[in-house]
Amino acid sequence: MRQSSSTTDEKEIRETVAIILQNFSPLKENLIPILQSVQSAVGYIPQPAMKQVASFLAVPAGEVFGVATFYNQFRLIPPGKHPVKVCLGTACHVKGGNIILEEWKRRLGIDEGGVTQDREFSLDRVACVGCCALAPVVLVEEEVFGTMSPSAVEGILLRIRIEKERRSGCGGNEE
Amino acid sequence: MKTITLTIDEKTVEATEGEMLLWVALDNDIYIPNLCALKARPLPDANCRLCWVDIEGRSAPVTACNEPVYNGMVVKTGTERVVRLQQTALELILSTHPVDCGRCGKNKRCELQKIARHLRTKLKQKRLRDISKRLPIDSSHSLFSYDPNKCVLCGRCIWVCKEEQKVGTLHFAYRGFAMVVTAFGGAPLGEADCTMCGRCVEVCPVGSLIFKNAEK
Repeated sequence: MRQSSSTTDEKEIRETVAIILQNFSPLKENLIPILQSVQSAVGYIPQPAMKQVASFLAVPAGEVFGVATFYNQFRLIPPGKHPVKVCLGTACHVKGGNIILEEWKRRLGIDEGGVTQDREFSLDRVACVGCCALAPVVLVEEEVFGTMSPSAVEGILLRIRIEKERRSGCGGNEE
Repeated sequence: MKTITLTIDEKTVEATEGEMLLWVALDNDIYIPNLCALKARPLPDANCRLCWVDIEGRSAPVTACNEPVYNGMVVKTGTERVVRLQQTALELILSTHPVDCGRCGKNKRCELQKIARHLRTKLKQKRLRDISKRLPIDSSHSLFSYDPNKCVLCGRCIWVCKEEQKVGTLHFAYRGFAMVVTAFGGAPLGEADCTMCGRCVEVCPVGSLIFKNAEK
């Protein structure tokens, strides 16, 4: 069952990428904008998508892999259902953002850039979310949590778990 | 193409205008340390930062591999500031390169050994912290093995694979200290598209890419 769902995923990704590529001319300088579009549509950059982009631009697939691994902004593994982004911009850094990041790492049992085994959470650091007055800041999905403390991490996790329990049974394709 | 004369270390040499200084010097038996340059490559990366020279009229040393020669050019290869830059560049490279020459297949044919001898620098540098990668050796390929730890990231193999052989299997991936030469997706080289030309191994200046039958 798992395998069949992953092949449909692959087909879906191929179609999504094909649609994205229609908006670009096959010029090398479009590589980064294409990868950005793929990531915002798919959530990450799967290896089959890199190959697809490479053949579109007529460059070796390794070159696309090189660019995708060079930039921090590109994800190579799917994000969790609830992507957690810990801000480590200047203000958040000064206000102890790294302590918040440590707490998330400890609570989720993953390193930054990682995804929990159940695919529920992924953890990333970002450089400035744009609301420095609320430092230190954490984004969970698109929701902003300001003036974070390590103890607030558990509260957020608890809230997500309760919400999930409330929703469980209704088929769970929540966004 | 005009023939011109220039002076390198008091020696008058002839060259074709526009040729890169590094090759003019090497062709005239004047050694300038270098790792990343390949004569066939028109636009070098100049990424190894070893081929420094002083040119009269220039305020700071320049890299010889991407410096076109001109008539009346006066070059000095061994000035104090040049040697200092070269020694530091070598130390930086050696801080990421495990020095285990006795057990390395490239022993006595290694460019790093040659450069260290030329600069009278020890191969075991002590000034900088050792940040060797400690990655597994890839011996999946039938022709050669690849030790990413010994790689100095000169990019020669990548250039011959892509531009000379038009294969394009090898590439840089990741960034900074994590940067490696690898095939798509970090796949073992034995599973990657490869035409078995062996050029990458031939141009490797160190013992990173090495033919299996030459090992031991």
